[in-house]
Amino acid sequence: MGPGLGWLALLMVVPCGLIFTYAFFERGLYGGIDYIWTFENFTRAADPLYLGIFLRSARIALTATAIAILIAYPAAYAITRAPKHWQTALLILVILPFWSNYLIRTYAWIVMLNREGLINGALEGAGVIDEPLPLLYNSFAVVVGLVYNYTPFVVLAIYSSLSRINRETIEASEDLGASTFTTFRRVILPQTVSGVAAGGVFVFVLSIGNFITPDLLGGGRLQMVGNLIYDQFLSARDWPFGAVLSMFLIAIMMVLLFTQAVLAGRASGERTNS
Amino acid sequence: MTRTPLSARLAAVAACALIAGAAQAEKIVISNWDGYMPPDLLENFTKETGIEAELSVHATNEEIMGKVVAGGGKGYDVLFVSSPFAEALKNLGLSAPIDHDKVPNLENLYDEATELAHDPGNTYSVPYAWGTTGLCYRSDMMEEPTSWNALLSPSDDLKGKVTMLSTDRWLMGAAALALGKSLNDTSAETLAAEKDMLIATKQDLLAYDDATFYLKLVSGEATMVQAWDGWCNYGIAENAEIKYTIPEEGSDLWVDAIVITNASENKDAAHAFVNYVMGKDVGVWVASNILYKTPNQAAMEALDPSLVESFPNMGMAPAELVKYEQLRDLGQGQKAFARTVTEIMAAQ
Repeated sequence: MGPGLGWLALLMVVPCGLIFTYAFFERGLYGGIDYIWTFENFTRAADPLYLGIFLRSARIALTATAIAILIAYPAAYAITRAPKHWQTALLILVILPFWSNYLIRTYAWIVMLNREGLINGALEGAGVIDEPLPLLYNSFAVVVGLVYNYTPFVVLAIYSSLSRINRETIEASEDLGASTFTTFRRVILPQTVSGVAAGGVFVFVLSIGNFITPDLLGGGRLQMVGNLIYDQFLSARDWPFGAVLSMFLIAIMMVLLFTQAVLAGRASGERTNS
Repeated sequence: MTRTPLSARLAAVAACALIAGAAQAEKIVISNWDGYMPPDLLENFTKETGIEAELSVHATNEEIMGKVVAGGGKGYDVLFVSSPFAEALKNLGLSAPIDHDKVPNLENLYDEATELAHDPGNTYSVPYAWGTTGLCYRSDMMEEPTSWNALLSPSDDLKGKVTMLSTDRWLMGAAALALGKSLNDTSAETLAAEKDMLIATKQDLLAYDDATFYLKLVSGEATMVQAWDGWCNYGIAENAEIKYTIPEEGSDLWVDAIVITNASENKDAAHAFVNYVMGKDVGVWVASNILYKTPNQAAMEALDPSLVESFPNMGMAPAELVKYEQLRDLGQGQKAFARTVTEIMAAQ
């Protein structure tokens, strides 16, 4: 029982316990809780309408995750292949965007994607298109925003597992006549699965709960579960319903993080065994 | 803190108590939207009255409402909220009656502003700013819209180029007006009709937006937006082709009000503050800087006439304004209302 456990209890267990408790009571008229026992919040959350939002959020988060991995893997690979003295500089460039505020970076995408924005302006100027493309306020824009904001995490996760690969295993594969692609597929990729999984779960978990990006880049028309929860607490003032939705979201995240931890544990176990 | 002898500390405490006794610990806390009053107001107020005042800002009515309900209003003396929330605060017993003898500047109010539906006689709230919600549009890109249906079922050339306010009462308000219903009707049939209408409109919107809609008009991303008149003025200031109109079905009359909390331990100081705000000069500042109309007759009559020329809706007469229905506290109807809004926003 160290202080760490105390902090965990205070900052994690107590708030989750509160949310769990709220879920079983009726809403107060102006926010807060009326302590009247009810299961209505759960039956309401089972409405296909809200289930649909969970599915849509998962679909968007999954798309963002896949694209982020596709971008991050080659980037991380290129960084590990760069000369040693360049690697630190390149990694700093990867995390450089985090030095500015999330909102500002998201607003920057509005400037780029809107109907009168930089991208449409350039395409129209070049004569590629006559009518501006609908790039903003749709799921495309939301995915772009999520991929942009979370790809650096995946680069870092994959870089860390790539840089741990023993280079001799790659040389051995090449010496034994494997093509570059076979070496990548049979030697490098299997050793980086845990990095990809860690980065991927990170993007997915951050994306599925995100509410700023769908609000700003989705124009509020495309609700994700994060927006739904945010609205329950801050605009509809229905804390119990927000609490039920939060519980479902937290459960999804926990299952994913747990699975990822088990996979990572198994991978490192294999490494020490062999 | 450095150590001081006990006697010295006791003396200091005694001195504080004496001063406090004399000045009644004259310090008040005001919660207002950011930028909604003159930046030097508190400083000047302190200079004039000797009462210290501290500003705490809230971003939305819901935010300050949540805090005040949770804490019983403790820690706040004066709140700026929209009228349905002022009404709710009164119903919850969280606001204090306004003592008119302590707010002589109430005489600056238009007669119409003393008989507002949410609080006839200004018994527990004082109106600070008021106005309408209508359509703000680019007159160089479209004809003047005459009906809320121009927004709710936009013509083909406007599809994807209109925005609606995302704040629930005004979002629903547009549908209520189009359907000829009261803005405060929470009957199941009305809510269902509004819901169907707004879900159908959703496909034709560029976005829900209650913070940057006028900028979308300026940039040309949007051609027409649902807007509060004052915010449309921010667009007009950037581009004179932007115009404001109230559709034939009407508007709501929104009122932002000042409330003194029941929990305030300095109600005299709080009244002094309200009185200061109701002075002519603060009203002039609000009208010329926020571009909102104020119910302060003395201030509105002192305005530079060029302001009304540039922003015609600033010239709306109070008699015109009070023809429109006010948003009221929905009471128990709040639950069904919030649920309907959630379902609209969640719909695919």
